[in-house]
Amino acid sequence: MLIQMLLDLQERFRWLPQELLVELSRQAGVPLARIYRIVTFYEAFSLAPKGRHVVRVCTGTACQVRGASLVVKVAEQLLEVAVGGATSDLEFSLETVNCVGCCSIAPVVLCNEVHHAKVTPAKVRELLDLYK
Amino acid sequence: MTREVRLQIDERPVLAHEGTSLIEVARQMRIEIPCLCYNQRLEPQGGCRMCSVEVDDGSGRHLVVACGYPARDGLKVWTRSPEIDRVRRMLVELAAPLVARGGCVTGKLGRIAATYQARPEKFVPRSVKDPSGCTLCGLCVGTCCEVVAADAIGFVGRGVERHVVRFAAGGCDYPTCKQCLAVCFTGKIAMEADATVFPQASIDDFLERRGVKIHSIRSLRASTYGENS
Amino acid sequence: MHTAAPAIELERRRDEIKQRLDTYRKRITVCTGTACQAYECLGVFAAIEEEIGAQGLESAVEVRKTGCHGFCERGTWVAVQPEDLCYQRVQPHDAAQIVAAATGNGVVESLLYADPVSKTKIPRGDDIPFYKHQQRTLLAPNRIIDPANLDHYLSIDGYRALAKALLCMTPEEVITEIGSAELRGRGGGGFPTAKKWRTARDAPAESKYVIVNCDEGDPGAYMDRSLMEGNPHAVLEGLLIGGYAVGASQGVVYVRWEYPLATRNIQIAIEQAAKAGLLGNDILGSGFDFHVEVHRGAGAFVSGEETAMIAAIEGKVGEPRLRYVYPAVRGLNGKPTVVNNVETWATVPAIVDRGAEWFRSIGTAASKGTKIFSLVGRLENTGLIEVPMGTTLRELVYEIGGGIPNRRKFKALQIGGPSGGMLGAEHLDTPVDFEALAEVGAMMGSGGIVVMDEGACVVSAVRDLVSFCRDECCGKCTPGREGLRILGGYFDDICGGRADESVIAAIEDVTHLMRVASLCALGVTAINPVVTSLRGFRGEYEAHIRQRRCPAKVCTELVEYHISQVKCDKYCTSCLSGCPTPGAIVGHKGVRKRIEQDKCIKCGVCEEVCPTRFSAVARFSGEPIPAAFRKGR
Repeated sequence: MLIQMLLDLQERFRWLPQELLVELSRQAGVPLARIYRIVTFYEAFSLAPKGRHVVRVCTGTACQVRGASLVVKVAEQLLEVAVGGATSDLEFSLETVNCVGCCSIAPVVLCNEVHHAKVTPAKVRELLDLYK
Repeated sequence: MTREVRLQIDERPVLAHEGTSLIEVARQMRIEIPCLCYNQRLEPQGGCRMCSVEVDDGSGRHLVVACGYPARDGLKVWTRSPEIDRVRRMLVELAAPLVARGGCVTGKLGRIAATYQARPEKFVPRSVKDPSGCTLCGLCVGTCCEVVAADAIGFVGRGVERHVVRFAAGGCDYPTCKQCLAVCFTGKIAMEADATVFPQASIDDFLERRGVKIHSIRSLRASTYGENS
Repeated sequence: MHTAAPAIELERRRDEIKQRLDTYRKRITVCTGTACQAYECLGVFAAIEEEIGAQGLESAVEVRKTGCHGFCERGTWVAVQPEDLCYQRVQPHDAAQIVAAATGNGVVESLLYADPVSKTKIPRGDDIPFYKHQQRTLLAPNRIIDPANLDHYLSIDGYRALAKALLCMTPEEVITEIGSAELRGRGGGGFPTAKKWRTARDAPAESKYVIVNCDEGDPGAYMDRSLMEGNPHAVLEGLLIGGYAVGASQGVVYVRWEYPLATRNIQIAIEQAAKAGLLGNDILGSGFDFHVEVHRGAGAFVSGEETAMIAAIEGKVGEPRLRYVYPAVRGLNGKPTVVNNVETWATVPAIVDRGAEWFRSIGTAASKGTKIFSLVGRLENTGLIEVPMGTTLRELVYEIGGGIPNRRKFKALQIGGPSGGMLGAEHLDTPVDFEALAEVGAMMGSGGIVVMDEGACVVSAVRDLVSFCRDECCGKCTPGREGLRILGGYFDDICGGRADESVIAAIEDVTHLMRVASLCALGVTAINPVVTSLRGFRGEYEAHIRQRRCPAKVCTELVEYHISQVKCDKYCTSCLSGCPTPGAIVGHKGVRKRIEQDKCIKCGVCEEVCPTRFSAVARFSGEPIPAAFRKGR
């Protein structure tokens, strides 16, 4: 139940600021410690504001074997941000995700939940340009 | 009323209530199985694995943790063996980087290290860079949440990022309470308890270390980024 | 209290649906699985629908969105029934031709699959080599039905097994049938399903639970995604039958957060089934009550472990717990709980409908039935396949997978995800069978198979799997958490050329502890890729350790990119414009380019974009750089 509520809040607000979690703790009667335990355990929850465009590079085995770690390198270089962070203008967030189940079209990059197929290192620039 | 079962520990027969944990049955027989994360008042976690023993329930001899394994009819248990000793030795060596100062461990962990001839310095150079002094046994968290029900401290993070942190909003009753201090065997809590309410980092410090610089609306407004969409 | 009326009504409805669907002359189905979504399948569907409308053919030609057809490498797939004509790589602008061909009983040649050797076009789906060697018991409906349409599922005799179980069989008889079929769990453990059900049935309690585990977290695996997206009713029907057998009136479907389409489709299926009286109270007049809720995961691989999943459903953090008392006896909320994988549940209706003997006739002595695998990696044909147990790995790679592309050689395959094994060519004749795979140190796992050629580095692949396990472990137990932390460090050293001879013995020591003392299967099985690769690819490890060389030229810390001063064309600037790092490539139009090694991030873009006619960029690892590549001449 708690996890489902937090997922809904995450979807609605795109991040979970401290004030929100404190309020949830009060309303749901759940200790703040328990809420933080959950939000710091799972990938779905972001405790920092996300960029307007969320770029997720799949780093599952099939994507790795087709060069996903190089795709990450190029994305980090072009966006000037490390994985897990957001650009200073909060336009882009860069994350990795452990297998979205689209292994045949590896390497896969999601941008705002849209799946992009066969994004090799050389194709990263044009992908990002779509969203700039 | 649970029934009584007959089992054997270290070749000695014993009667126990069905379902009692092996660690407690052993205690009845004055056999002390080493443990780190076990405490009678708390739900057994089975995390430290130090209380590992070998059992045979008819399907072959294998390792289990005594804190969680229930007494059953016909069970054979061994609390020492070359395999058990090797496991306990390695567990100390794996945990040492978290708490070792100059390659040494002290207190309860130090005593276990000596008994099993562990080399605490084995993984120290390559493992944890900055020892936190905490083996993440969870006794403090368990006590605060289950026994005292204050929920002032808790686990955050996952895997190698797991930490114990303090929540300012929790119902910590220091210095009246101090139950966390009583259960901590690494001395982590004791060391800093006179200086602050609780010595572990706060949730804010944890998030900062994770690279989350802005994690509240207040800090977002205070930064130069302006309003988020 | 049984009344036959609802069941009779269901059959009447089924007949009516079949009759109605029979009036169409042609049926066009468009794959809309998640992978094809990346290939604009929704645009294809819309275009075909529009064309049918424009031609006034709505009552003659039906068009449907379906789940994943399986041959994901060549999406978007469109099939035309009744001929089972299959078109690959369809784009929205192909719509007019497809509809015209369908009504004219012709084919669109350009969209047909062509045999790679003979170049002959193959119009029928099941004649295409990729599909020909499969036995698509569970996946066949994915080419035909719209997962969001209950009528379609009914038209392929869906829920007939449920009616049979509820009205003609006792719960005991259902368990006996599943036991007779020798169904084993498809999530990785291969545990006999009937045994689990029986344990839960026999455990005394006022309430019990059945749970669908759709937390498919193995990287490289997407069998459950495709089943849940493409045929959620099959899973639901299986769950209902299982609930009846076990004595549970409450079901939970746990879907991972990374699968939003699967979540939506199962929710739709649940709503539809409830409306049709197939879910809820007194189902089909049998007196059996059953309710289902969907619980979304929040992004943690370890929550796929049974006890962790149960903890998550209880609202706690999804960490594994001590399980000396099985969940089937004491699970969710302390009650008997059966957790089974999506594929296991989806197999149940087929067994009840066609009988245990039919199921037993497929497969090997100890592994019955078919199994779905995701066959991916460096292979000609990648996608989702379903084969009888006993098929060899060689058949999967060469007959179905079409072998290794670009005339490269097979190197290894990873089967079973991060819990599986890294197997070399010497194991290709191993059949897919629970025991046969365990014997070679691998694991069936949930069914992910990743193929690697000589361009992939086994050590690097194992390092990625170890990192995955380290990042995903819950951290509660010392062997898991500290073991993976240390292993991760060792692999970083090996791939970074910083390891010394003693590292392999140290790795073996740590993996032994993890195997015998971890709290849950994540820690225990995380060692499998390490152990199997050390056994089968020792030479590759030794090259990294002793020579600081990566034979496959993958490990970036051991690799350097250089541009040939002979082959580089002065007037080409492809690498300059492709390179993401300012200053890493020195030069301009009119001169030969050169890579500045301290700035280069080794991303490989230059190698990728350098025109094939020049092929001026090369990688080197642990070897002297040839004169042609060195600065100046």
